[in-house]
Amino acid sequence: MDPFLTSRIVTDILGGLTNGVSFGMVALSLVLIWRSTGVLNFAQGAMPMFATYVGFALLSYHFGYWACVVACIIAGLLIGGLTERLLVRGLYGKPEINPIVVMVGFLIVLEAVAAAIWSSTPRSIPSPFSSIHWQLAGKPFALSPFTVYEIASALLVMAAVAALFRFTKLGLQLRASALAPEVSRLLGVRVGRLLTLGWMLSTVVGVITTILVASNFFTGLTPQVMDGIFAYGFIAAAIGGLESPVGAIIAGVVLGVVNQFVTDYVNQNAVIIIALAILIVSLMIRPSGVFTKSTQRRV
Amino acid sequence: MITIEDLTVSFGAVQALRNVSMIAETGKITAVLGANGAGKTTLLRAISGLKEPKRGTIRMGERNLVHRRTEDIARLGIGHVPEGRGVIGEFTVEENLRLGAMMAKVNLQKGLEEQYEQFPVLGERRKQHAAKLSGGERQMLAMARALIAKPSVLLLDEPSLGLAPLVTAQLMHTIHSLCESSDLTVILVEQNASSALRIAHHAVVLHVGRVVANDDASVVAADENLRQYYLGLVE
Ligand SMILES: Nc1ncnc2c1ncn2[C@@H]1O[C@H](COP(=O)(O)OP(=O)(O)O)[C@@H](O)[C@H]1O
Ligand SMILES: [Mg+2]
Repeated sequence: MDPFLTSRIVTDILGGLTNGVSFGMVALSLVLIWRSTGVLNFAQGAMPMFATYVGFALLSYHFGYWACVVACIIAGLLIGGLTERLLVRGLYGKPEINPIVVMVGFLIVLEAVAAAIWSSTPRSIPSPFSSIHWQLAGKPFALSPFTVYEIASALLVMAAVAALFRFTKLGLQLRASALAPEVSRLLGVRVGRLLTLGWMLSTVVGVITTILVASNFFTGLTPQVMDGIFAYGFIAAAIGGLESPVGAIIAGVVLGVVNQFVTDYVNQNAVIIIALAILIVSLMIRPSGVFTKSTQRRV
Repeated sequence: MITIEDLTVSFGAVQALRNVSMIAETGKITAVLGANGAGKTTLLRAISGLKEPKRGTIRMGERNLVHRRTEDIARLGIGHVPEGRGVIGEFTVEENLRLGAMMAKVNLQKGLEEQYEQFPVLGERRKQHAAKLSGGERQMLAMARALIAKPSVLLLDEPSLGLAPLVTAQLMHTIHSLCESSDLTVILVEQNASSALRIAHHAVVLHVGRVVANDDASVVAADENLRQYYLGLVE
């Protein structure tokens, strides 16, 4: 077997991709909410974390992994929708109550409540896929059945979101509501419902990300499980341009790979510094994000 | 038919419309004229539910429109082409039209074909981003996007703004023939009084929120005082 596949470079690239798709998914979910409601959702990691706890609480009633996944997604839809209706709706167009402060507060509350109910001890979520890496000619290869599941699920979610926005009536209305809410209403689009739906969708993207992260044998589910990933996802969204879903995903994946190389060749502590350096440099070159087309906004 | 009675709309202390009463008859073009700030846009926004009136009623047929949501009013068959046209520049011409057709029960393909027949230039540019269109083309797109849903009432807010005289003349001709060939009720808001009066059946003149004339378009067009003081049409 080709030793190239087990080389340090390939190992780093594949390991980086595995992390990067999570960053990309978080970035994508941030962009979905930013584009549709103009809110930077700092609870974008905590809301899905909470939904994942709720869904996997079913484990103790002897439900299987996939039944729990479905329960997590339903919980995510509810949490996303209720948060928009009850917490965020009053904030639109009111700069005096800063939505960022509200969402940071919500993040802290969610993490505290989750710790109170389920404790901060990591819960292991037994995924149906083995985390043991494949061997190639006696050497460990960078992928395991679990990482393949992780990457494939992320790609599937991203493709589904892209297809929704590109090819469906619903996607057209979501984009229109974000770009021109008043005009959309004049055309009969029920903008209010679509905003709720946007929050539900983006929370589900977050839930799937959280499940993938927490199902990893080495991580488990904790109230803070998404904190670090949220930070990277946030940086990726800023680099990719908050307006651009594709840019956010690409930036997330690239950040994951860079992160892996820095960890491997420099050291773990340099990672966040390098990530911030990339952010600052890219914002200096393109303040609106690297992938944002500088088109006119409204006519 | 749109019937407005005693409509008062205010922005804080500013009364943008005061006790406005008027009727826009079915199948007719009613021009709403007046200088900048007269309250023309506010009138259309009140009809569409974008601005809640302080007092008064707005009815379409027997239905009261006040306190209804904008999207529900649109779904009752009121098409509103807003000031500045409201074309979505990031969307292609066809995406703009598809958005307009969303709430209608019409067949999308048939609706698109009808609009491309009415406005051939839109057909030629269907895949282009709307931001690339000229002012006249944008106005056509905005109208087509409203018409594709087959509204019974069309509200047009200064469609001629920023257009060359020849393009304005063509546009007025199009509005006129739309009205002739169907039962469309049009409320045409214009600062450009002379072009609007050429095609309108009825005219309402607003001056700082009050109705100062409400009569046949030919009568308003012939009134020297109105022409001079309110419409800026000095010979
Ligand atoms: N959003 C608003 N806030 C405060 N005042 C407004 C607003 N919109 C319009 N007005 C005021 O209402 C009056 C009528 O405006 P408008 O309806 O836009 O006039 P027109 O369309 O005839 O030019 C003006 O005095 C304007 O300043
Ligand atoms: Mg106006």
